[in-house]
Amino acid sequence: MKYSKTLNYNGFFGSRHSALIIVLGIFFIYPFIASNYYIDVAFFFGIYALLGLSLNIVLGEVGLFDLGHAGFYAIGAYTTAILNTKFGIPILILIPVSAVAAALFAYIVCSPIIHLRGDYLCIVTIGMGEIVRIALINNPFDLTGGPNGVFGIDFPSLGGPFVIDSSIEYYFLIWGVVGLSIVGLIRLQNSRIGRAWNCIREDEVAAGTSGINVRFYKLLAFVIGAALAGVAGNIYASKLMCVSPESFTFWESCLMFCIVLIGGMGSIPGVIIGAGFISLFPEIFRPFAMYRMLVFGTVMILMMMFRPGGAWPRKRGGVEFTSLLTRMREKDA
Amino acid sequence: MPDTNKTLLVTRKLTKIFGGLTAVNNFDLDVHRGKIFSLIGPNGAGKTTVFNVVTGIYKPEGGNVIFKDNDISGRKPHEIVSYGIARTFQNIRLFSNMTCMENIMSGQHCRATSGMWASIFRTSHQKNEEANIRTVAESRIRQVGLWEFRDELAKNIAYGSQRMIEIARALATNPTLLVLDEPSSGLNSKETEDLMEFLTGLIKEEDITILLIEHDMNVVMGISDWVVVMDEGKKIAEGHPEDIYHNPRVIEAYLGSEEPR
Repeated sequence: MKYSKTLNYNGFFGSRHSALIIVLGIFFIYPFIASNYYIDVAFFFGIYALLGLSLNIVLGEVGLFDLGHAGFYAIGAYTTAILNTKFGIPILILIPVSAVAAALFAYIVCSPIIHLRGDYLCIVTIGMGEIVRIALINNPFDLTGGPNGVFGIDFPSLGGPFVIDSSIEYYFLIWGVVGLSIVGLIRLQNSRIGRAWNCIREDEVAAGTSGINVRFYKLLAFVIGAALAGVAGNIYASKLMCVSPESFTFWESCLMFCIVLIGGMGSIPGVIIGAGFISLFPEIFRPFAMYRMLVFGTVMILMMMFRPGGAWPRKRGGVEFTSLLTRMREKDA
Repeated sequence: MPDTNKTLLVTRKLTKIFGGLTAVNNFDLDVHRGKIFSLIGPNGAGKTTVFNVVTGIYKPEGGNVIFKDNDISGRKPHEIVSYGIARTFQNIRLFSNMTCMENIMSGQHCRATSGMWASIFRTSHQKNEEANIRTVAESRIRQVGLWEFRDELAKNIAYGSQRMIEIARALATNPTLLVLDEPSSGLNSKETEDLMEFLTGLIKEEDITILLIEHDMNVVMGISDWVVVMDEGKKIAEGHPEDIYHNPRVIEAYLGSEEPR
């Protein structure tokens, strides 16, 4: 019977915990044994993981096609860059500021387009991402520095003596943020908000008639997604110490889209795997740089043909601890 | 008409126009508390359109929908649910990639309040609410007798069970009016009988009124307290099931008149 599958899944509960501890252990030990170069690779893995998680809310949880996510990323990065270079505000204080700036931008831009469906929304978001990039190139109010971007961004600090200036510290900064985001997102997934998002993805009309405010929850997804992308932008800007429009092209949005598709829509571990693939792939294939995109494209096609659900699709049902409890209660009865 | 003081849902001069077609034309309906109301009529009569206007999927061009003395015409679907009207669809609309339990839990969404921060920080209020949502959903899934399928994806269970899960999801919104669009379509005769039994039991046990569209005359005649007949967007007759059964206008609407007019 099909039901045994879910039971089996819960049987793995213990080993799932130990697997998690092993993975966390590797993450902690890794920067102390790897060279600075590979720590930086892992840092960019972290950036892509955060970007993937942020797009996953919009694309994976609510099923809205957003191909302009780099726009929010850019807003976060430029907010940090401008406020830091012009006013000297410490980077770590700017993390929430960038998040709010990107979220506000998402709210304003997405409010009038949120009712669009599928490919229509996709096209509008492509336009949105491009508008952000081109606006940055045009150097409005002499703020963004045009195609050259903004230089001389500080190391992350709170203004005091504590400064993040080595690869290892950056590594822990980004993965700390990713870790916190994962905890928050898992909690959201298992709440009425996460369920509302999934309901909208499955059937918008039925979601409405089940009492879900479709418009509100779609906007909420965009706002949270943009805020996380803004945080990623903040950390990215301080790592590179300069931002320029060419870091936020359409290609970047496509990469985020691929991360979610490769990993599995709505699956948080999947997104991490996807981000790992996207960020480690160019490193592994560095000797064959010429054929990199060819292989990448082939992998994507094969992926969609043979594993359309992604590398680690989200499992449903019986995942939560509470349902485990009810099952035990039932056994007693 | 059964006890006119207990009117739950009223529509007055309800009109819905699609392009040049008047799908619903000055339609008046009075639904009374604690009864089973059937809306019948030939294909294209505008029954489902009435339902869609009442549940907020369409905005009416004219007229009012009054529910428990509130004018709800033109409100959004999710607002109407919170007033206490829940519905199902003619072709089942479940959240197919979610489990049956999650489907039903989504019905409780509008009865909970915890927001984003409460969910992220797992406040005690949020935990209580989640526990409550789960309890209601559990009792509803047991009520329709599908407890064993709670962790199955909704798309993987049998058609008849999907229908019951959809009804359970609607019931999980704590409705006072349950609007069912052809609940028996696609069910076999055994399942239809179970459904009839379930619905009659439901209005006895709970303070729920049922409004349904139905093509199966056995169901209509078997469980309805009152039948309203529609044709071409208008009400052409209403009454007790047995009166409707013999009403010449109704027979004419369904079968056509004997002599050409």
